[in-house]
Amino acid sequence: MSTHRFAVNVTPKPGILDPQGRAVEGSLGHLGIDGVSAVRVGRRVEMTVDAADEPSARAIVERLASELLANPLIESYAIESVAGASSTVGEPGG
Amino acid sequence: MSVRVGVVVFPGSNCDRDTTHALAMAGAEPVELWHEQASLEGVAAVVLPGGFAYGDYLRAGVIARFSPVMRAVGAFAAEGGLVLGICNGFQVLAEAGLVPGALLRNRGLRFLGRDVHIAAERLDTPFTHALAAAGQPLRMPIAHGEGCYFADDPSLDALERDSQVLFRYVDADGRRAGTDDRAANPNGSLRAIAGVISGNGNVAGLMPHPERAAEAVLGSEDGAGIIRSLVDSAARAASGETAVAVGAG
Repeated sequence: MSTHRFAVNVTPKPGILDPQGRAVEGSLGHLGIDGVSAVRVGRRVEMTVDAADEPSARAIVERLASELLANPLIESYAIESVAGASSTVGEPGG
Repeated sequence: MSVRVGVVVFPGSNCDRDTTHALAMAGAEPVELWHEQASLEGVAAVVLPGGFAYGDYLRAGVIARFSPVMRAVGAFAAEGGLVLGICNGFQVLAEAGLVPGALLRNRGLRFLGRDVHIAAERLDTPFTHALAAAGQPLRMPIAHGEGCYFADDPSLDALERDSQVLFRYVDADGRRAGTDDRAANPNGSLRAIAGVISGNGNVAGLMPHPERAAEAVLGSEDGAGIIRSLVDSAARAASGETAVAVGAG
């Protein structure tokens, strides 16, 4: 068995109105910032997965992301490994 | 004997009592169905009530979708069982893929609690047949933060073509609201869609609350026709009749 740390980044699909992103954009003027556009607000979910190996762990995260964390009608997701957080547990026959 | 209609209770449901009351007023025997139970106890129809199931964490309705009772509801719906989702219940049905589309954050980002008008597009469904007329404005409240109906354009066109738009936001005179008409369509739903029905006509969801507008003391009785339609259809289903002639228009 080995332990892996992942993050799933969920964002609204292109073309989906993102009122939170608009609200953030709307506040930029108050900060005296310009030149920033197309702000999209998403969600990042991090998790630790114990599995036989990295591909098996990633497959679990893929299923979790597609069935629960993102709604495919309105959101896309990307899975990333979180560096430095993975470890292999020495387990005979594991 | 009055027909038994189930009301699912999730942790965070808050309209289950209103719904059981409205169902009883319409002559049904309401049966509360706890989210952890896998049996629907032989009810003739199921209502998913409003509220904030599982705190609406992640996305409204998504955690509820995976509860034991929803597996039973999915199987019930697949066999033609009548299912109505109100507000959060509509969000659960959409997340479960039992009705088309998704409910996004309201355009204005704010939670909205106020009266709106909706009109039924069709009367030939188990959820609308007791209404007086299609297109007639029905006044009832909304209370939601994520009620902006969304589907992509080809899906919206397909919904219109197949007569799956069940309710639309209208103004007090019954004129269809525009997408950007914040007075009549406050959450900004695409094509002013307030409720939809499944392709085979036995599952429907809507964001407004007919159960909160089902008797005069509540300020409006306009929602009673929707509840009555469901109870009557459930009674017919329980007695072995086809609920009503349904199918794409």
